[in-house]
Amino acid sequence: MVPPADFRSYYGRPVVKAPVWHHDIAAYLFTGGLAAGSALLAAGGDATGRPALRRAGRVTALGALAASTYFLIHDLGRPARFHHMLRVAKPTSPMSMGTWILSAFGAAAGVSAVAEAAPLLPGRGPLGLARTVLPPLGTAGQYGAAVLAPALATYTAVLLADTATPSWHAAYPELPWVFAGSALASGAGVGLLAAPCAQAGPARRLATLGAALELYGAHRVETTKGLLSEPYTQGRAGRLLRAGRALTAAGVAGAYLGRRSRVISGLSGLSLLTASLCTRFGIFDGGVASAKDPRYTVVPQRARLAARSQASTDVSGEKTEEGPAIAGQ
Amino acid sequence: MGSNSLYGPLDPAPDAGYTDAPPRMGFFTDTSVCIGCKACEVACKEWNLIPDDGFNLLGTSYDNTGGLTANSWRHVAFIEQPAANRGGGTVDALAAAATIAPPGRQPEFLGMPMSDLPGRTIDAPRSDFRWLMMSNVCKHCTHAACLDVCPTGSLFRTEFGTVVVQEDICNGCGYCIPACPYGVIDQRKDDGRAWKCTLCYDRIGDGLMPACATACPTQSIQYGELDELRSRARHRVEALQEQGVTEARLYGHDPDDGVGGDGAFFLLLDEPEVYGLPPDPVVTTRDLPAMWKRAGVAGLAMAAAVVVSFLGGRS
Ligand code: SF4
Ligand code: SF4
Repeated sequence: MVPPADFRSYYGRPVVKAPVWHHDIAAYLFTGGLAAGSALLAAGGDATGRPALRRAGRVTALGALAASTYFLIHDLGRPARFHHMLRVAKPTSPMSMGTWILSAFGAAAGVSAVAEAAPLLPGRGPLGLARTVLPPLGTAGQYGAAVLAPALATYTAVLLADTATPSWHAAYPELPWVFAGSALASGAGVGLLAAPCAQAGPARRLATLGAALELYGAHRVETTKGLLSEPYTQGRAGRLLRAGRALTAAGVAGAYLGRRSRVISGLSGLSLLTASLCTRFGIFDGGVASAKDPRYTVVPQRARLAARSQASTDVSGEKTEEGPAIAGQ
Repeated sequence: MGSNSLYGPLDPAPDAGYTDAPPRMGFFTDTSVCIGCKACEVACKEWNLIPDDGFNLLGTSYDNTGGLTANSWRHVAFIEQPAANRGGGTVDALAAAATIAPPGRQPEFLGMPMSDLPGRTIDAPRSDFRWLMMSNVCKHCTHAACLDVCPTGSLFRTEFGTVVVQEDICNGCGYCIPACPYGVIDQRKDDGRAWKCTLCYDRIGDGLMPACATACPTQSIQYGELDELRSRARHRVEALQEQGVTEARLYGHDPDDGVGGDGAFFLLLDEPEVYGLPPDPVVTTRDLPAMWKRAGVAGLAMAAAVVVSFLGGRS
């Protein structure tokens, strides 16, 4: 139920500060998820003897990781101090945890991608040695990255939710589903783009499961948060999230209907990747919009206070004493 | 870290690891005696060498600052209200507030802006108009979301229980800014780092009062040990209520509220949101354990989806 929307404010000014993050961070939500999804694709492909998936997964994971690092550092107010992130490890700071997850993932994914180049090295000399040690290292890195990938894909949901940004915080129970699903779907998209049809079966199934998680989560976020769902359905956020949903559906449908066509599979993969990008930007923009309008801060908090005083009235059978005298109880 | 380090009543300095911490210090800002002179805003800028905010005419009563920002660590809000809009009864809050002058002294004219020659209308009957003024500041929360989420350790808890940014550590990641439930901390645009009130950490350590409290001519801003300020505030709100100012209320004084109580709390004459304050702020990290749990479950689902996809079909 959407609570009544009349409320008072200070000249209509926002109560909380909107995030100062630029769209770098929205882009990072996508590239971080893509890195995670690709790493999982690579591990699955390698374990089940599908070299095309392994190769594409490993290389994309490294590329997406490099892009992520760029976006994260570029967004800092003091980029030259990015290494200050490594001074501490703080469980109460999702950004601190994320930095460590990303660093560990980066090392593992980096090795596994570099190992793809081993066959190109000469057979003798020091490079020949690299040629023999790289493949097992790459395999280890690949599985290491795959183990870290779910953390990399879902911590970003905590990153956004652990703020006073009204629509992000309210979405904390389901945001991880959206991001997990979106990461899987984008990984599947890479598989569909890169693998011959004969090897793309798992990517199709992964696309379906990822899409299901993402659509379920997004549906909950857009419909069960009362007034705080509104920013996700309006304006640019609403358009992006609707586009994301349509492209996801198209991507999954295309992956099955066109499973004998390399071209249609590829287009489906592209559709899934674009869908993931739209979803991330939509969630990002919805939160920012909710912080800029004091309605989304004041009205739900007022409703919470009203519910609480209602509850205490119900318990004591009469209005509690301190009611009008003291705010914020 | 104690079991309630994320939520609930707590003495923050010992919880942060200080042994023999001095008493927790804070502000009690009594808006019923604020005259809107902005001496606090100016003193803060001067002492802390804060750059200007630009010359803005906002059209919001006498407020041309707008709000707390990286370059305004005290902000005086001005609200003009006809009697019809008042939260409470028809008692003249400002006249009542003026009665707190020390015994033996008359209330003094302090230069309130008015439309006639100063002093001439001082005894005229009051109109149905009232002017609310309030000097806002960082709350130095017991559970400070800004501090919880800072990934560099730049924000830290002082021995006085206050919350301070270390400007040589902050890398401008910006996380603290959307985390604050009061919209206090902010990024300085040309500098990239986050800035906010330090409760004059460089003064109180030497036994001085913060600059704003020192400059305040009406003791609207009172600095001291938080326990003492809380009891002073309780008496003050009772006195005002007895005088018929039924709309007087405290804000941020309660250790059982959503942030474990504010180190800087207020006496208000209307609902908090009228002053731009959140009516029921909750520190976002209260829910952090639940968030990590949800993320963990979603992560496991991801792993399961991958296993099913690769093992669950013939092609
Ligand atoms: S009011 Fe905001 S900036 Fe100040 S201590 Fe609390 S969370 Fe931090
Ligand atoms: S902007 Fe600075 S103070 Fe704020 S969370 Fe980032 S490093 Fe910490």
